[in-house]
Amino acid sequence: MKLLIVDDSLIMRRAIERTLNSERFAEIRLANNGSLAVEEFKTFRPDVVTMDITMPDMDGLTAVDLILKIDSKAIILVVSALADKPTAVEAVKRGASGFLLKPITVASLQAAIDDILAD
Amino acid sequence: MDESILNIFAAGIIRYFTTTTDQPAVMGTPFLGQDDEKVALDFSAVIGISGTYRGNIYYTAPRAKLHALLPLLGENEPNDHLCGELVGEITNIFSGSAREELGGGFMISTPFLLSGSNESVRPAKGAPCFILPIEWNSYSSRVLITLVKSDSTKKP
Repeated sequence: MKLLIVDDSLIMRRAIERTLNSERFAEIRLANNGSLAVEEFKTFRPDVVTMDITMPDMDGLTAVDLILKIDSKAIILVVSALADKPTAVEAVKRGASGFLLKPITVASLQAAIDDILAD
Repeated sequence: MDESILNIFAAGIIRYFTTTTDQPAVMGTPFLGQDDEKVALDFSAVIGISGTYRGNIYYTAPRAKLHALLPLLGENEPNDHLCGELVGEITNIFSGSAREELGGGFMISTPFLLSGSNESVRPAKGAPCFILPIEWNSYSSRVLITLVKSDSTKKP
C-alpha cells in the first residue's frame, strides 16, 4: 500500500513516517502543505493520506475537499492539533475518514490507521 | 486577559509532555513579564492568534532540553534544525489544544521559528504578557502568552 503524509512540521512528517514505515506501507511520500499534497495525490494515488490542517499555502481541510474531488473514495486521516470538537466534525463532514488529535503516539496513530482501513 | 486562560495552556503543555515522553512537565508560578525583558532561550517559536482573541504565544527552550527530548520522539541524532522544528511543533500543539476550551474562534497561525537569543522574543508592549515557566526532566523552558479579547463591536 502507498501512504502520503502531509504536515508542515518536519518533526511530525518524520514521526508518522517512522511509525507507519512497515510492510503495510511499502511506499511513502511526503508533502508540507495542502497544495503540494493535492499535486502529489494526482500522480502518486496513495491508499491512505494523513493530513494536517494548519499549514501554509493551503490548509488541510481545503486539500481534503480537492483530493476527494479527484477521488471520492480517497482514505484521509486528519491529524491535527486543533482540539475543538467542531473542527473534527467539520473534517469528517467534508469526507475525511477519521480525525486524530496531536500529540500522537505510536499506538494512537496505528490504531487510527487500523480503524480507517477497517471501515 | 482572563488569567484562567493560563490554566488552559498549562493543561495543554502538561498533556504534551505526558503523552509524548511519559515524563510529566511541572508548571512553575506564572509571572508578568516586564517590557524589554529578554526571555529567549536557544530556540523559540511564535504563533499569532486571531479571531476571538488577538495576540501571540511564544515557546522558548534551551538546546539541552530539546536534545534530551528529541530521542524520546525517535530522533536519535539531534541537531539545530530539528531543535527549531520541535519548538515550532510544541507551540503548535499546545496552542491548538487551547481550542478545546476556547473554541474554534481561537485562530492560530502556523509557527514562525526563531533561533538564538532573538531580541524579538520578549513581552509585547501594551498588553500584559504572562510567562509560564515549565520544568521537564530537570530542564527549564518558558511559554509567553499575550492575549487580548477581540472587541466584537469594532468594525474591521
